[in-house]
Amino acid sequence: MSEREPILKVRDISVDFSIPAGGLFGGRKVLRAVKNVSFDLYQGETLGIVGESGCGKSTLSRAVIRMLEPTSGQSIWMGHDIQKMSVKELVALRKDIQMIFQDPLASLNPRMTAGAIIGEPLLIHYSEIGKVERLARVIAMMEKVGLTADMINRYPHEFSGGQCQRIGIARALITNPKLIVCDEAVSALDVSIRAQVINLLMDLQKELGISLLFISHDIAVVRHIAQRVMVLYFGEVVEMGDAEQVVMDPQHDYTKKLIASVPVPDPKVEMERRELRRRLRKAAA
Amino acid sequence: MALLEVKNLKVDFETTDGVVHAVRDLSYSLEKGGTIAIVGESGSGKTQGAFALLGLLPRNGKASGSVIFDGHEILNLPTRQMNRYRAERIGIIFQDPMTSLNPYLRISRQMTEVLEHHRGMSHSAALAESVRFLDAVRIPDAANRVRMYPHEFSGGMRQRVMIAMALLCQPELLIADEPTTALDVTVQAEIIDLLVDLQEDFGTAIILITHDLGIVAGTCEDTLVMFGGQVMEHRKTLDLFANPQHPYTQGLMAAIPRLDKKVDRLSTVSYEFMVGERQA
Repeated sequence: MSEREPILKVRDISVDFSIPAGGLFGGRKVLRAVKNVSFDLYQGETLGIVGESGCGKSTLSRAVIRMLEPTSGQSIWMGHDIQKMSVKELVALRKDIQMIFQDPLASLNPRMTAGAIIGEPLLIHYSEIGKVERLARVIAMMEKVGLTADMINRYPHEFSGGQCQRIGIARALITNPKLIVCDEAVSALDVSIRAQVINLLMDLQKELGISLLFISHDIAVVRHIAQRVMVLYFGEVVEMGDAEQVVMDPQHDYTKKLIASVPVPDPKVEMERRELRRRLRKAAA
Repeated sequence: MALLEVKNLKVDFETTDGVVHAVRDLSYSLEKGGTIAIVGESGSGKTQGAFALLGLLPRNGKASGSVIFDGHEILNLPTRQMNRYRAERIGIIFQDPMTSLNPYLRISRQMTEVLEHHRGMSHSAALAESVRFLDAVRIPDAANRVRMYPHEFSGGMRQRVMIAMALLCQPELLIADEPTTALDVTVQAEIIDLLVDLQEDFGTAIILITHDLGIVAGTCEDTLVMFGGQVMEHRKTLDLFANPQHPYTQGLMAAIPRLDKKVDRLSTVSYEFMVGERQA
């Protein structure tokens, strides 16, 4: 894999936020949400970004594709610096890079039908496509993600959470993107539905050769779906490497704690892990 | 005699679209100091089934069946009588600690109030007791932090406050409704470990309601799996995990990505068992 050129090169991305410093007249202070993060992403690869709430994982992914402006750093998309792109170039970039969000219902416009939601990116990015062709593509995409053509005129509230997420995936895929940023895309789903959506994402990736930037707080899910994983802690990368290796042999103290905290559905294993956690806590105190 | 005996509990909701049967038939019993986990996905009726015990259903909800707590029927008791059980003998922790604490009052006020009302303690005695319980749930510097407001605590610390509050009157039964779902996984582990330790120290019986089979594995003696308002499987936790009998439980377990085992593809839950059940 190393001889191939990465499709996305991220170098020293930092994001600062100005926040109230506290007190009535406290003024403002700078919160560094993401600190000098660098990584490469290859075609067809899934890179998982793991961390707990507030660690900067969503901020990082948004800064990389310039959904928010990073304070410093570069992200190079197939040789072009995203941070230097004009508005026009950015719009064109959105064709190649799509997103799937956490809350499947909230990220869909309640006043648009499923068909209109899935077809909208075509209107924006491929306006030359006629109505009939667009409809055909929408239906084909719906079937690809496990929805049926007769659902095309339904509104988001008429779908279940899992189906809404399928609509979100269909909308992301319809422009034939090369990269999809999945921000906690399966976190809001029930266990049984989550497995279906994870399988769908993995199948589609295999078929279409897309890359995924898979952001999640759940390292078990990330290990399952990603080849490589990055562990973020307070905006910094504390560990990055082969997913299997990071899970089996974590190096950083935080990664160790994180992995020891994930509940395992096996009473015997879980008892041992409670002992391990006790030891880690004692060692930290 | 069992501490809690739930028999044929049913919970129905009147809605504009007709009656919804949230809990169809739920029976279980819990010994003094025992622990049971009620596991299910959203809409399985796991929470409504527990809320019904304490008369916490919304107005359009109706419970029927029987709930015997320490020899007394407590299902659908009038509020006045139910209040003698709430907090004093049965404590409850909710999923979101921020919405269940009063943001305008200091923790000290919210905690001492419980003791003054239920135990008739003086304010200073109640305050000392509150600090003792904050210590027990491992809140550092409890004597000073008791004067803080809820927003000054992190999510995990807030949940500790909730647990301390629920344990104040040393109830015989603690109902924990998704106590860690809103928390980060490292904090979740700390809270679950804390609950297990407290259960051992105080001998409180626990009903743990969760969607996460992983949490159940290391905590409760018995596990009850619910789906569609019905019990799919109810056994000793060790047996259930070693050899799940019901197709739904089997499906659920295979659908979880696990850190200790690598699979190429997750299985999904098959609902074929429902077809058989309808015909039967």
